[in-house]
Formats: sequence, C-alpha cells, structure tokens
Amino acid sequence: MGYSGLRVIWEGLTGQTGWKPVWRDPAPKPEYDIVIIGGGGHGLSTAYYLAKEHGLRNVAVLEKGYLGGGNVGRNTTIVRANYFLPGNSEFYSHSLKLWEGLEADLNYNVMHSQRGLINLFHSDGQRDAFVRRGNSMINQGDDAILLDREGVRKHLPYLDFDNVRFPIYGGLLHPRGGTARHDAVAWGYARGADRRGVDLIQNCEVTGIDIEGGKVKGVQTTRGAIRAKKVGIVVAGRSGQVAAMAGMRLPIESHVLQAFVTEGLKPVIDHVVSFGMGHFYISQSDKGGLVFGGDLDFYPSYAARGNLPMKEHVMEAAMTLMPMIGKARVLRSWGGIMDMTPDGSPIIDKTETEGLFIDCGWCYGGFKAVPGSGYSFAHLIATGTHHAPAAKFRLDRFRTGRGLMDEEGTGAQHNLH
Amino acid sequence: MRITCPICGERDRREFYYGGNAVLADRPARDAGEAAWDAYIHLRDNPAGTSRELWQHEVGCGAWMVVERDTVTHAVHGATLAPGAAR
Repeated sequence: MGYSGLRVIWEGLTGQTGWKPVWRDPAPKPEYDIVIIGGGGHGLSTAYYLAKEHGLRNVAVLEKGYLGGGNVGRNTTIVRANYFLPGNSEFYSHSLKLWEGLEADLNYNVMHSQRGLINLFHSDGQRDAFVRRGNSMINQGDDAILLDREGVRKHLPYLDFDNVRFPIYGGLLHPRGGTARHDAVAWGYARGADRRGVDLIQNCEVTGIDIEGGKVKGVQTTRGAIRAKKVGIVVAGRSGQVAAMAGMRLPIESHVLQAFVTEGLKPVIDHVVSFGMGHFYISQSDKGGLVFGGDLDFYPSYAARGNLPMKEHVMEAAMTLMPMIGKARVLRSWGGIMDMTPDGSPIIDKTETEGLFIDCGWCYGGFKAVPGSGYSFAHLIATGTHHAPAAKFRLDRFRTGRGLMDEEGTGAQHNLH
Repeated sequence: MRITCPICGERDRREFYYGGNAVLADRPARDAGEAAWDAYIHLRDNPAGTSRELWQHEVGCGAWMVVERDTVTHAVHGATLAPGAAR
C-alpha cells in the first residue's frame, strides 16, 4: 500500500476506514541468514538497507519490547552534519544526504524539516573554533555560514544578546540542519523492511548468543532458539549486556540524558538553536511544544529518567539564553540510555567472533545517524568490508590509540564526554 | 540521589563528582601489557544493577570514595573511603 496525497484526501472523506496495519507480526522462524538484535531506529534501518541495497531478505529483527520504543522515540529529533573530525565528518555528511532523500525512498512522511541549525559563540576564541569547524564542514561538501552578532539577531531576535556572562558574539549557521519526526523514522523503516520480506519480531528478548568454534550460530530468545549465519548487535544503551552474551566487554558506559518538552505554543522558534556554554539546545516541534535538552547527568544509569540537578541546570541555561522561555510551562521530561564511548564517537565493526557484528556507542548523537548507521552496518554485514563513510568507527581504536575521534578534545576517557 | 560520605554523612548528589568505575582504583602495573591497560582505561562491565564507582565529595571534605549504587533504581547502598584515597 503506497501513500499519496490523493489517498489521504480519499480516506479523509471516507472516515479513515481504509488504512491497514503496515507491517506483519510474524512468529520467529527457526533459522535466518541474518538476525539483527534491536528494533530501534538503527536496527530497523539496518534491516531495510540489507533488503534494499543488498537483496538480503531472509532477515529478522528481534526487539525485546515494541518497535521504536527506545531512544528513537525519546530524543530531541535533531538532524545535522556539522562534525569536525575526519571519520565523523564524512559519516554524518553521508547520513544527512540519506535523510534528504528519505521520504521519497521510504514513501513515508518523516517530517524532515531543514530549518537551519545555529551554534552560538560567546568569545573571540570560540569564534575562531567555529570558523575552523565551518571550514571543515565546507571541505566535506556540507554547508556552513558564519553569522556575526547582527546576523544572529536577524534570525533569533529573542535571545539575550547582552548576557553578562555569555554575550552573543555570533553563530555558525548550518542551513541543512534541522529536525524530523522521530517515531515516523522508525515506522517508515519498519514498513519498508517489512514490505521487502524482513520479519520484525516484537516482544522477543535475546537471552543468549550461540557461538561454536569462534563462529556465531544463532541466538537464544524468550521465544525460542533462532539459528543464524550472521548476527548484528544494535541495542544502544544495552550494548554492554548483549555483548556480554558473546563474552565481550565493550569500551562503553551507559549514561542518562534528559530531554524536555513544553506545552504547545504558537510558532516562536524557527531554527534549532544550540547554546554550547550551557550544553543546551532547543527547537519547536510542529505540534508547538518547545523541545530541549541538556548534558548527561554524568553517572551510569539505566533508569531512563534523570535527577533534579540536571533539570535545574537545563532550565538555568534556557533562562540565560532566552529569558522569554520562563513563561512556558514544561509538560514532561524523560531520559534516554546513552551508550557512551571514551572518545564520544561510535563503533560499527566486526567482532572477534566470526559472523558477529556490532553497531553501538552512538553516545547522545544517535538519531541523526539512523540512516547512515543502518546503511553502513548493512554494508559491513552483507559484504564483510567496511563502508567508506564509516570505515573509521573501529572497535580497536581505544586499545591501539590509533584513529580516536575526540570531537571535544577532552581526552579519550570515560566520563569526559 | 543522596550519598552518605563516610566522613561528612548523608549529602545531596550535587556535592559529589562521579570519577568513573571503581576499576580505576585498581591500576595495573606499568609493564602489565596492552590488554590490561586497555581493560583498565576503556573496557567496562557496564552493569544494569549494582555498580561500584568512584565518587569524590567535591564540595565537601574532598575525599574519594567507592560508592555502591544501583544503576537501574538510582538507590545508593553505601560508600567507603577509596583505597589509597590520601595519595
């Protein structure tokens, strides 16, 4: 069933009675060529690209809860390609290009809105750093425009430009940056994968990984054993637990990152605004809620909820940047479980077990990576070779010290990102 | 979240700094080899449940302690002074 404007109008006139479920609910088969553990954004996009780009349709996605019930449904929906370091730069650039063609590719409205992202700076030194970052983005083929103070004022007149501690000197505008409807991304990929024959199996928790003679043979699940020639682990915050089933310890600590949304308001914030000094970022959803977030709570957590100190910090940052926000009322807050690597950059690699692959360590930046991660991980699983844009996301870079991608320059150590 | 400092008593989480997993207190020998150092600096059990962590009472007495804490419920089970904390 394809979607079209005509169809939407027709259903509107006939009481919306013609819509049918867009993916099946199959029972697991005893064997698949490829099993993907994790039915979030990355797992679903991996399955989609395995089927679409590599013609591999004997694939199952195993999800312990419901599709898209994890971080892809609990983020701040920002999509951008403004990374600085080689490795990250080409990867996110590729991912953004996939975003730009995603709706046509999936025949699904993911509400991708390239409303522009502005990173603010507050000192001469910070301006220099952003000029350098902008040049790096342009070298990569993406877009970046340096705005002076008056340039920022034209876009964001509501900011507190003369804040005593963080006066606004200017900003780096990334016009192709923006937001997307997070759930729709998961649903669009799920529908696309299902239509190509992928089995999406929900309420199916993996409890063990079968390995014989250094080769993966399948998985044990709450719905029985499933044999597989290849297995991909894409489970975000739970990477440590699932990898442990294969006898691996990962360079990952799971932390909580909180986000917030206000009651629905009339359009007021047209861009994505990023205030690095408060580690605060904000955009307005199409429904009208102001969606914003802050930094990690900075202690390991699987609670999917945070504590008050970081909530206070985020509200203080919001009031520092845009005092008008004090009139908005916060509707709810939530937390996601972030798989933090020591250098703050992700991992897409083979493991020491033949046929076992892992895609993890997306830290707090996994949403914008959903298309690129799935594309590159599918390439690795299907061909056994690294996909060029993700070729630097190696698991062994921490052990060897070669190819670390520490965007913040704080050191490749846990608790610094 | 409140942590009971062995010196100062129960205090708010805001007074403490999380310094990493307690494996950091168990430094390998200089010549222990690449694998041991990789495990020490990078690899983590990352448990969902009880975890042993290093915290510093940053805004209080400054002491480093090993805190036993549940990463799923945020319950704090207890804290003892870290071995070699005075170094």
